[in-house]
Amino acid sequence: MREEPGLLDYARRWPLRLMVGTTFVFLYAPLFVLIAFSFNDSRRTARWVGFTLDWYKAAFADRELIAALGNSLTIAAATTLLSLILGTLAAIALWRFRFTGRAAVDGAFSLPIVAPEICMGVAMLIFFARVLPWPVGLPWPLNLGAIIIAHVAFAFPFVAVVIRARLASFNREMEEAARDLGAGPWRALADVVLPHLGPALVAGALLAFTLSLDDFVITFFTAGPDTVTFPVKVYSMVRFSVTPKVNAISTLLLVITVILTFIALRLQARATAEKPA
Amino acid sequence: MANELDWHRNKSGFAALLGPPLGWFLLFFAVPMAVVWAYSFGTNSGIADIEISGTFANYARALEPLYLGILGKSLAFAALATLICLIVAFPVALAISFAPPQLKTWLLIGVMLPFWTNLLIRTYALIAILRDEGLLNMALTSAFGWAGVGPLAIMNSNMAVMIGLVYVHLPFMVLPLYAALDRLDRSLIEAALDLGAGHVRAIFTIVVPLAVPGILSGLLLTFIPVLGSYLAPDLLGGPDSQMIANVIERQFKRANDWPFGAALAFLLMYLTLFGIAAQAMMQRKRPVD
Repeated sequence: MREEPGLLDYARRWPLRLMVGTTFVFLYAPLFVLIAFSFNDSRRTARWVGFTLDWYKAAFADRELIAALGNSLTIAAATTLLSLILGTLAAIALWRFRFTGRAAVDGAFSLPIVAPEICMGVAMLIFFARVLPWPVGLPWPLNLGAIIIAHVAFAFPFVAVVIRARLASFNREMEEAARDLGAGPWRALADVVLPHLGPALVAGALLAFTLSLDDFVITFFTAGPDTVTFPVKVYSMVRFSVTPKVNAISTLLLVITVILTFIALRLQARATAEKPA
Repeated sequence: MANELDWHRNKSGFAALLGPPLGWFLLFFAVPMAVVWAYSFGTNSGIADIEISGTFANYARALEPLYLGILGKSLAFAALATLICLIVAFPVALAISFAPPQLKTWLLIGVMLPFWTNLLIRTYALIAILRDEGLLNMALTSAFGWAGVGPLAIMNSNMAVMIGLVYVHLPFMVLPLYAALDRLDRSLIEAALDLGAGHVRAIFTIVVPLAVPGILSGLLLTFIPVLGSYLAPDLLGGPDSQMIANVIERQFKRANDWPFGAALAFLLMYLTLFGIAAQAMMQRKRPVD
């Protein structure tokens, strides 16, 4: 027999269950349809005809699409590395030091997070067209430099936020103990503070990676004809026609994102669950 | 905080830590933004030359009926999408915050996962649902075809844009609402129920007022990105569903009127900063216990 829901057991009352259920269907139905039709043996995607892997073969045979995916992954990797370094430095500096204008610097670093993407895209377009033209015809992957710079500019503040949340749980006595035992400030930072940051570093890296891989608008304004990224390529394909090839490659990207997100969430949960020692 | 270092005590260490991120921020964010801002006061003096003449003509042009209309429409779209998000997200956030811990984690992951997946892919996924011969219309005709309900032309309409904006931004609203509702003192709701209030009344007189800070930050976190949306109106909308971001894009990619585009971009930027400042002031007025 089912027990009555408790007084405040809102999660088990049917009107809310219905709302939650409908919302999740709304959020996930389009994605499941996209995945399902990547296996559909028909060019017209509306009706289910039969199972096939042809669209995956077609996607992998599309050299431009694969090159775009390669560009995106390369940009994401470089962005992750640079954002991780810059974000960690920024977080430690703001946590470790007292200085005039700290609030201003703190606020300034949150600007790339809140600024509308289109504004940042436009800014990058003008910057790389007029102020600091990125050399044309550089060999791969150096030709991706402008896009990487733009991605790092918006990704590192996100990393800094994640790292600072973790630093808040750091017990400063540990660092003092290290100093008392003769470690210099850098040694103490490297041996005591950085290990504590471990999970946040991985979470921040995954965040930067996904942000970079996801970005369309800013890249759209920064990319040239020979530096097409995956979202920019998909955008141009979608504008022409809806082909299941896009479904196939999107499904692969979705799977990658889901795996990375689960790892990031797990680490984030572990990082915040641990109480300061 | 107690044992923070004064930066004077370790100048080189301080510079080594703050220098690189601050430098990157200044060179690759502040300078480009400043250049856009300067361009917004410029005029086209040749095919590729822009003279910073200090004119307000670009802003004046942005206030012409055509562009003012698009700006107004963008604000209205953003307000409506944000409101729909709030109405949908509130019960969802409430249910999540009262769910048992195990289920709660899964529901939260469920809300966050679409948030992490590629925006372009999500918008593209909606096309397959909303198209004239898409799944929504197939479901409609097979369910209600006997009653003469034919396929609806949802795609390339304002309706499709609205669905897209809500679809993409719903997680932006659920998460801050959840954060506020999860901290709520539950004994207050119990007290209201004990004193004879119904659930609906308890929610509207106790839960909603206490969740106001979360509601405000949810509104802001949703409104800002919706206002600057480019992909949803571009891919799902029709010719009359253009939002401000699409007009900005056109100035740079096709019309080649950079000063005007810069002025529009900075109008969007001013609105964003205004929203953030307004929220910061409201939070200051309402001290956290």
